[in-house]
Amino acid sequence: MLGPFDYVLVLLGLLTEAYVVVRLCLAENFLRYFSLNIYMLGVVGVTIGQDFVLLKFGVSSPLYAYVYYYTDALLTISLFFVIMSFYHQVFRQMSVGKYVRWASVLLLSGTALLSYLIVRRMPNHHLTSRFVVEMSQNLYFVGVVLTYLLWGAVVKLRETRTRLIQLVLALGIFFSADAAGYALRNLFPALEPSFLKWVPPMAGLFLPLAWAYTFTKISEDARLETARVALPRMAAHQHS
Amino acid sequence: MIAALICVISVAAFLQFFISYSRSIIAAYRKSELSEQVREVVGIEGQEVNSDQFGRLVQLVRLCPQKGDDRTDLKVVGVYYWMMGVVRSAARQLAPRITSWAERERAGCAYFVAVALDRRIAYSRDLLAQQMSDR
Repeated sequence: MLGPFDYVLVLLGLLTEAYVVVRLCLAENFLRYFSLNIYMLGVVGVTIGQDFVLLKFGVSSPLYAYVYYYTDALLTISLFFVIMSFYHQVFRQMSVGKYVRWASVLLLSGTALLSYLIVRRMPNHHLTSRFVVEMSQNLYFVGVVLTYLLWGAVVKLRETRTRLIQLVLALGIFFSADAAGYALRNLFPALEPSFLKWVPPMAGLFLPLAWAYTFTKISEDARLETARVALPRMAAHQHS
Repeated sequence: MIAALICVISVAAFLQFFISYSRSIIAAYRKSELSEQVREVVGIEGQEVNSDQFGRLVQLVRLCPQKGDDRTDLKVVGVYYWMMGVVRSAARQLAPRITSWAERERAGCAYFVAVALDRRIAYSRDLLAQQMSDR
């Protein structure tokens, strides 16, 4: 059974996600951040769908577990396209859009292949709790690696667009918190009911909140030196 | 084994992303200079703010009417200040360079709150002036 705090998190998340899309539409930036908008709309749709299944079948039903974990995996994969769009923005001036597109296709194929191999390895193809936790952990970890590489490129290429910097960093916080949360669940399942069950909803709320903050407060023209933001060692690499 | 590795790498990445995110918020306020008035109120000489003044500055900020656009920033910077306090304490014996870096970061957080206070004082003054003119 979900408590009032769960519902507050869900409602706040829905409102923030809708706000981001509306804000970008009003600023005529829907196409500029196309994959981000699609992801946000996807989250809204999935959340409503999950809540419908939850109310109809209950939190402990296998159907809810299927819907929750598979839609979450699909959303994570769709977030990879958001990362790719950020790569595209970072490398735009270097005219490497073609390579970024190829990298997206390779990434998607690789993720699909990996997921297939994982599912094939499982006996009876059952959605066991251990399997879904492992799958989510791996998907989020791919996100951490991709975002970290993107952040490295941002620092190395001395990207100064404050918006882009904050969008990437918020994505990094989201992916790494979720990957760490799922890995800890895998290592210490006993911690799940008391503490770790809050990590995905909190991280899920942080991302739209951080993006809403960026789109509201940071103008498209705002600039920031990455050396001021990156950790000293990364900034030193930038200057070398 | 793989889960442990993923956990360690993800926690390290999380810390790095969070530190950079907090610094990106603080950096925006670094460009602002403190007014004479706020320096007098807080007892600051020059443009540098001591990291130990953070708590007092936060209390003063809470006394000022909210402009409404810096609450999230203050929360993020508050968490970052606390985190740097932990880093400073943990690294004191082992790595003096990290200690001094954490101290500089804490001073940056205090400067951030001083600028927020400055903006709120200016906002209050404008509000008061508006009310006086309405009468």
